Amino acid sequence: MSLLEMRDITKTFPGVRALDGVSFDLYAGELHALVGENGAGKSTLMKVLGGVYPFGSYGGEVVIDGRVRQFHSVREAENAGIAVIFQELSLIKELTIGENIFLGREPRTFGVIRWEELYSRAQKLLDEVQLPLDPRTPVGHLGIGQQQLVEIAKALSQEARILVLDEPTAALTDAEVETLFRIINRLRARGVGMIYISHKLDEVFSMSDRITVLRDGRTVGTEPTSALDEPRVIARMVGREVGDIFPEATHEHGDEIFEVRNMTVEDPNVRGKLLVKDVSFKVRRGEVLGIAGLMGAGRSDLLMAVFGAHPGRTTGEVYVAGERVHIRRPSDAIAYGVGFVTEDRKRFGLVLDQTILNNMTLAGLPRLSGRFVTDVDAEAAAGGRAMKDLRVKANSVFTVAGTLSGGNQQKVVLAKWLLTNPRVLFLDEPTRGIDVGAKQEIYGHINRLAQEGLAIVLVSSELPEVLGLSDRVLVLHEGRVTGEFKRTEATPEAVMACATGHTRRAA
Amino acid sequence: MSHPANEPDVKRPLTTADVSPPGAVPEGVEAREGRFRLPTESLRAYTMIFALVAIWLFFQWKTMGINPTYPYGIFLSPGNFSNLLQQMSVTGVLAVGMLMVIVAGQIDLSVGSLVGLAGGVAAMAQDPGGLTGALGAALVLGVVIGVFQGALVAYANIPAFIVTLGGLLAWRGVILGLSKGATIPVRIPFFRELGVGKVPQAAGLVLAALAILAVVWTTFSRNRARRRHGLTMLGAGATAARIVIPVVLIIAFIYLMNAGGGVPVPVLVLLAVAILGAFLTQNTTFGRYLYAIGGNPDAARLSGINIRRYILAAFGVLGLLVGVASLLHTARVGSASPDAGTYMELDAIAACVIGGTSLMGGRGTVSGAVVGALIMASLDNGMSLLNVENYTQYIVKGAVLVAAVGFDMLGRRKS
Repeated sequence: MSLLEMRDITKTFPGVRALDGVSFDLYAGELHALVGENGAGKSTLMKVLGGVYPFGSYGGEVVIDGRVRQFHSVREAENAGIAVIFQELSLIKELTIGENIFLGREPRTFGVIRWEELYSRAQKLLDEVQLPLDPRTPVGHLGIGQQQLVEIAKALSQEARILVLDEPTAALTDAEVETLFRIINRLRARGVGMIYISHKLDEVFSMSDRITVLRDGRTVGTEPTSALDEPRVIARMVGREVGDIFPEATHEHGDEIFEVRNMTVEDPNVRGKLLVKDVSFKVRRGEVLGIAGLMGAGRSDLLMAVFGAHPGRTTGEVYVAGERVHIRRPSDAIAYGVGFVTEDRKRFGLVLDQTILNNMTLAGLPRLSGRFVTDVDAEAAAGGRAMKDLRVKANSVFTVAGTLSGGNQQKVVLAKWLLTNPRVLFLDEPTRGIDVGAKQEIYGHINRLAQEGLAIVLVSSELPEVLGLSDRVLVLHEGRVTGEFKRTEATPEAVMACATGHTRRAA
Repeated sequence: MSHPANEPDVKRPLTTADVSPPGAVPEGVEAREGRFRLPTESLRAYTMIFALVAIWLFFQWKTMGINPTYPYGIFLSPGNFSNLLQQMSVTGVLAVGMLMVIVAGQIDLSVGSLVGLAGGVAAMAQDPGGLTGALGAALVLGVVIGVFQGALVAYANIPAFIVTLGGLLAWRGVILGLSKGATIPVRIPFFRELGVGKVPQAAGLVLAALAILAVVWTTFSRNRARRRHGLTMLGAGATAARIVIPVVLIIAFIYLMNAGGGVPVPVLVLLAVAILGAFLTQNTTFGRYLYAIGGNPDAARLSGINIRRYILAAFGVLGLLVGVASLLHTARVGSASPDAGTYMELDAIAACVIGGTSLMGGRGTVSGAVVGALIMASLDNGMSLLNVENYTQYIVKGAVLVAAVGFDMLGRRKS
């Protein structure tokens, strides 16, 4: 008998049917992968399961151990043994690991917390997830990977029998991913049923027992993993066969337009700790330079420092078109023709309350509109063209940015920087968390921009993306350049070797 | 992953917005703006205007028959309406400045004390300084103190709440010390006119005519600009509405004011401040950056905006407007007392909030803040006409403030 059965789940939001008769089941000890493009309804389905959307706000039935359950709150779902670890972690940074694990369920006597018991139980849980830390450590001191493990410890403390993992490896290093997978296998042996949501199909194929594909709020199919392969799953996700998702492009390389020499960046919080050590690189017009490396290798710090936006102490030289320039703040960088599509669009890229237009023109406002008095019509004309060029799907340039899907938001951020008329464009994780179709569009834009003569520096955690788009790849490991490859030499294995610390000098 | 580079360099308190971003939409849901659905912003504006009209009609109805001269009610009679606008002008001017500071994600609690200080200094400066000395002293003092507090916020990273709470205490102390507790009368007739004078009726008509011309001209030049940029032009209906509605309002306003003896000078000052404030927030890079800074300081900084400079500037503008407000208030009362302006910061903040400004920053309009001030003044005035006890007035105003935000939240959740 299935541990969990979700029958004919339907959920509508004003104007949109997010789930349309989705059925899904899960056996004890199984890892069932749930895949689909962004917006396919995966997270919505998990929110129905986790009690985020209370009973009555959706149609259909949630059956656990053969009994129909009606959850009115997250707490009720938790009590039924369901733990959901969302992509955006929900730990409180100021509280300790132990306090977070037992938040709201602290062992207590007449309302007084029994701290000794709390921390000793927390310690046992940490041992179980192989996190060698004191449970009295504030969560804010932990890396994302460690926080993820704390979330799992929390799920274990609830004796969850159904565990939902939403993109659990998005921010993990390879070592952390391995630890996570070991823990998953142990949980599997204990009979915990797991629902695994991921965009990373290689992980899905290596870990899962069955795969369910969702598309546009409907189930496209559920099959044993052994009966499927990647192209077929992708085809089901997008509803069409995807050819090579990286268009083969040849870039004409022009003159050297941008050079960084001996860039070193200090951690603003830890004196003497270097985040970037003596990094140099050059980019030509029309060239895409990829920067690969694991999380924490200093890739974003490097770009932030070059852009004049890093809070830590920075040394090094920057040359634009052969001329030494001093970039002390982002406005200097913009003036020298450097654009920076930052990572995490919601946090660093967009003012979500503002219109598409106001976001698009934010960085280039004086140029587009006027130094002091703005000209909304000139802006609207420029923004409208950018919207058409990048194919942003929205009613008008006056639509609020926060209401757009991830892919369209990313295009708005891209447009913002293109409207500053850059000569060099930094792209930091330009396709993080957007669906396959939008990714492909962004890849197309990157190639087109390079062909038009823009120099591009691309940072991405997705190796295929770096390898598929870059003319040259620079690999960072712990703030140092450990390798440099031409497109033809850059194999995933060789790049990965450098990213994990093996040095190679070439190209 | 530890990303020190991700740390914002402007600290702000953790708000509910951090937990659930206001623009958050469930995965897979593209919030759609239907063809015939009003955008949320204008919907709010209409709700607010509707509430204002409802309040006016209510007081008009309740004041029927109190005075035999006005059988249909006193509230909207020219004399009272003119009085009402005069009463709101000080709060209105402060609210326009406060709005810019709040939109940038800051707050200023020192406004009331500063009104007392600047007004007192203006009154004291009358003797050696004359009219220019008096007016100049208040305006310069306002700007200097505004910039000073802004610098502490922007460059010394002290939260605005703390800096201006300190200001609230300190500036009150300064004026008590300077004046030794005495009330200083306004002696210069022109100074006094700032608070109680009325624009001659003929001049009022000329101003109204100029305003109408300006409305017509901006509408048409805007349409020309749209054509030049290849954008779709407004249809004849929309063009007509954009002209007819303001023109009708201008005519009604000038008719009512002239029937009450002319447009009061402080009301004219408020109108000028509101128009300039609206222009500054909607049509300049300064305004655009304030919204960006309040909405997402990290994104603003990375877009090349010098956050500190603009926060400082917002406090400076507010300081200038506090100077203006202190002159209007002192002139209206006829003297500067050391406790003048008490609680005015709260009135100004309340006006902004009733007008739809988010205290988390990034959201709010000058017109909303002015309507907010008008709603508050209408409640004050109407309840006084009805001889409602003082304590009840406080309770009603408090309840209206909370209810306004409550309805706003309800509306946002639905949309």
